[in-house]
Amino acid sequence: MTDAATLQGHAADVIVIGGGIVGAACADELASQGLHVLVLDGQRPAATAAGMGHLVVLDHSAAELALGEYSVRAWRELASQMPDDCAMRTNGTMWLACNEEEMEEAERKQAALSEYGLACELLSGAELAKAEPSLRSGLLGALKVSGDGILYAPNAARWLLQRQSSRVVQRHAEVAEVQGNRVRLASGEWLQAPAVVLASGIYARELCPDLPLQAKKGHLLITDRYPAQISHTLVELGYVTSAHKGNGPSVAFNVQQRPTGQLFIGSSRQFDNHDPEVDAAMLGRMLRRAMDFLPGLGDMTGLRSWTGFRSASPDGQPLIGEHPHQPGLWLAVGHEGLGVTTATGTARLLAAQMLRTLPPLDLEPYLPQRFIGARAHA
Amino acid sequence: MPELSIDGQPFRFAQGTTVAAALMSSGDRCSRTSVSGQRRAPLCGMGICQECRVSIDGLRRLACQTLCRDGMRVETQP
Ligand SMILES: Cc1cc2nc3c(=O)[nH]c(=O)nc-3n(C[C@H](O)[C@H](O)[C@H](O)COP(=O)(O)OP(=O)(O)OC[C@H]3O[C@@H](n4cnc5c(N)ncnc54)[C@H](O)[C@@H]3O)c2cc1C
Ligand code: FES
Repeated sequence: MTDAATLQGHAADVIVIGGGIVGAACADELASQGLHVLVLDGQRPAATAAGMGHLVVLDHSAAELALGEYSVRAWRELASQMPDDCAMRTNGTMWLACNEEEMEEAERKQAALSEYGLACELLSGAELAKAEPSLRSGLLGALKVSGDGILYAPNAARWLLQRQSSRVVQRHAEVAEVQGNRVRLASGEWLQAPAVVLASGIYARELCPDLPLQAKKGHLLITDRYPAQISHTLVELGYVTSAHKGNGPSVAFNVQQRPTGQLFIGSSRQFDNHDPEVDAAMLGRMLRRAMDFLPGLGDMTGLRSWTGFRSASPDGQPLIGEHPHQPGLWLAVGHEGLGVTTATGTARLLAAQMLRTLPPLDLEPYLPQRFIGARAHA
Repeated sequence: MPELSIDGQPFRFAQGTTVAAALMSSGDRCSRTSVSGQRRAPLCGMGICQECRVSIDGLRRLACQTLCRDGMRVETQP
């Protein structure tokens, strides 16, 4: 901690609320810049423990592509330092096309990603069948994106929180209230720091009700361990063209094989449902969809299924920056279904703003100001 | 008496015996090896803990939820 900070009764240079993958990445990045960070976490059910940890570059918008590409690259650079239990692999994503419309989407995506400098390759149906023989026959083709990966996010978060232990202190505590750069713990204790970062995922609205975040429930299932069935993360292009469009409950095929040999199966999407219970009908729909693509799944044993909640902003991009009405309160929220991927980029964009260094990307599309207007002066 | 095999070893059983019970009298009594290399054995006996996963006639099954059948081929996971 800087001497000036201690003198003013500050708990640290920065207090981070939430030790999920986003809070952990922010704490690690700020510590790398020499700051002392206190991470407060209430150990509540978190998206980081629930999610799939697919590191994937999506391109629904230029902002999504920019943040995703930068972030996945940052993860790849960290990979060599990560302990084995983070289970990071650069296994690539195979985007599957079932029909002409999806093949056109594969071509569009290939053009967009290539233009951005990503290694990707269109495969014919026959080439796909050779690369991933467990898939059903008759698929039209695929787009292979080589730089994407997978990661076991809970362990990656733990590693990021521990690896600079002289500058990152963790404390098990529930934050009950936030006022700019001051926080009140559930115990009643107040803490302050020159900056407070809110990275409490789906719970962020409890502390900051003006955040425009909505929960999207998702189901997942993991199987027993099996010998290699697939080598890439397999995702249907219908994910983009039909399945997850609109506001109704939907499912889309998304499967990866963990380094343990377990097949990890997603995904479903439900709005306005806050019940963490597994919904058998939704899980069934998701698994039938998965079996449409991987018929062999029917003979495998599912070990566990569970749900998680994605925290979505209106435009699908995270909010990264200082709260327009609360000086000293910094936001790192709204990562929807992509927060493991974008945690690294989020951390660097946040640190660049806080420390007034040159940001690696245009900050504009992620600023909270796009939803929370500047204070109206009377 | 009907007979099945556990990792190639013949095992005779009385009707109504579960595969988990059969495992108790075979080899190291274990069903599988965990990701971290620990040997694991049936625990809850009621289909919850998933510790008793074995391969039965080529398919992954819960030993505690499967009754022994004549000619069954049970393989524990190394
Ligand atoms: C079903 C599903 C699948 C997903 N798949 C992927 C994927 O394949 N790839 C990908 O990149 N992303 C995926 N995601 C998204 C990703 O998991 C999340 O975006 C990411 O984990 C969010 O991390 P976070 O740190 O913001 O939040 P969280 O992981 O939710 O962490 C928030 C933390 O804040 C703490 N906290 C909350 N309130 C308080 C409080 N008041 N005081 C103190 N601490 C508090 C909690 O204890 C928790 O540890 C998926 C999400 C879901 C639900
Ligand atoms: S012993 Fe627990 S599931 Fe079989």
